[in-house]
Amino acid sequence: MSEVKTEIEKIVTEPLFSKKNRQLMSSPLNDDNPITVQVLGICSALAITVKLEPAIVMSISVLFVLAAGNVIISLMRNLIPSRIRIIVQLVVVASLVILVDQVLKAYVYDVSKQLSVFVGLIITNCIIMGRFEAFALANTPWKSFLDGIGNALGYAWILIAVAFFRELLGSGTLFGIQIVPLTWYINPQTGEGFYANNGMMLLPPMALITVGIIIWIQRARNTKLIENA
Amino acid sequence: MKLDVNSNSYTFLFASVLVIIVAALLSIAATSLKSRQDMNVAMEKKQNILMSLGMTVSREEAEERYYDIIQQELVLLDGKVQDGTVTAFDINMADEVKKGVDSRQLPLYIAKFEGANSYIVPLRGKGLWGPIWGYVALESDLSTVRGATFGHKTETPGLGAEISTPIFQDQFAQKRIMEGGEFVSIEVRKGDANGDHQVNGISGGTITSVGVDDMLKDCLKGYTTYFDRQKSAEIKVEEPIIKESTIQDSTMVSDEKLAIL
Repeated sequence: MSEVKTEIEKIVTEPLFSKKNRQLMSSPLNDDNPITVQVLGICSALAITVKLEPAIVMSISVLFVLAAGNVIISLMRNLIPSRIRIIVQLVVVASLVILVDQVLKAYVYDVSKQLSVFVGLIITNCIIMGRFEAFALANTPWKSFLDGIGNALGYAWILIAVAFFRELLGSGTLFGIQIVPLTWYINPQTGEGFYANNGMMLLPPMALITVGIIIWIQRARNTKLIENA
Repeated sequence: MKLDVNSNSYTFLFASVLVIIVAALLSIAATSLKSRQDMNVAMEKKQNILMSLGMTVSREEAEERYYDIIQQELVLLDGKVQDGTVTAFDINMADEVKKGVDSRQLPLYIAKFEGANSYIVPLRGKGLWGPIWGYVALESDLSTVRGATFGHKTETPGLGAEISTPIFQDQFAQKRIMEGGEFVSIEVRKGDANGDHQVNGISGGTITSVGVDDMLKDCLKGYTTYFDRQKSAEIKVEEPIIKESTIQDSTMVSDEKLAIL
């Protein structure tokens, strides 16, 4: 009981958006980014960044699953037997994802078609299990919620940045709308034009290289990330 | 009493309770949403069928206009029209394509759109990661393609998934599946497609493209017997009947003829 008491006191004394709490949301965006610093969730970052639209849908889904999952795990954190905690986490992620998928299929069928293959990818996203294990199991629901939102946003902005470059350079479009003028393209019949889409950008290796370039820029600018030699 | 969360009995209890709660929650969600989901799927099917004719319709419009445009839904077995027992719309192509060509129950949708008859053939096959499907609308010569739509469950976005975009689908218009009375299908090939029987595949989506190619061959083949009979029947029936009645009736007449034959 005393445990609960101190917890309640802490909640009462600490403002909802204290500096520490705000940091939970802001640090995953840069200093502690799940993709570029922790290098988690890379698989889905490679798979779905060919186009902007699925990348955004994926980001929103991860945002929901991560925030809700973190809260659920955090609420149960004192009840979960430590020996089966990974399985419990997996059950929570999987059921949330299935629930989301079912609801989408019934009410927003078009979005659910967009998601199609990514539903499974959310379950296997290392960031989600990583946050459950590293944060939600040891923190209060509100903090876990903020941590979930922060990490999902950190994941989202990298995903969207990569998808932006891959779609623009690989397909010449953004959100499926032609951006590169059609007159620029080399016309095989007349030989006019000077531009061609970079087909390499559509393939997974270029996602890795794009993420690599983002990591490079980030490390060059953020001195906190430079390891001491 | 302090609860020992790491004892064996508690672990078992916790796991069981968790699983029961999750199972109940998911089954409630699945069953209560099922009817809405099925409705969406049926509406999408109607939309796909109409889109193969070259119409652009939303799912809701497709629901309204479907029965204005689709005049007949036939079920074919080994080239003959089957009566009654199964409705063409409810046939699950995924099950049918597993059977041999001769024992498949094949749906055929006959549409009247923009004054002409079209015969819509459903397709079902395998892509890279999962099933792919589609509809091909043939003109009344039963060879020239009026339009085609393709769908997929889990193909890679930007690569294999491009089969469901107009860039790929529009290539099929005016291609022909027959040549000199023989079935030749339409080849999905790597670059340099020309002539009446070839279209370009998707770069980076080779396996999906090959899947579309196989699907076209496999599914259209089943209809050729019916199409051949249909054509020879039309020649026998000759002009007068076609002149008086709509073309739809003429197909019904030839269907009856076939049934007699």
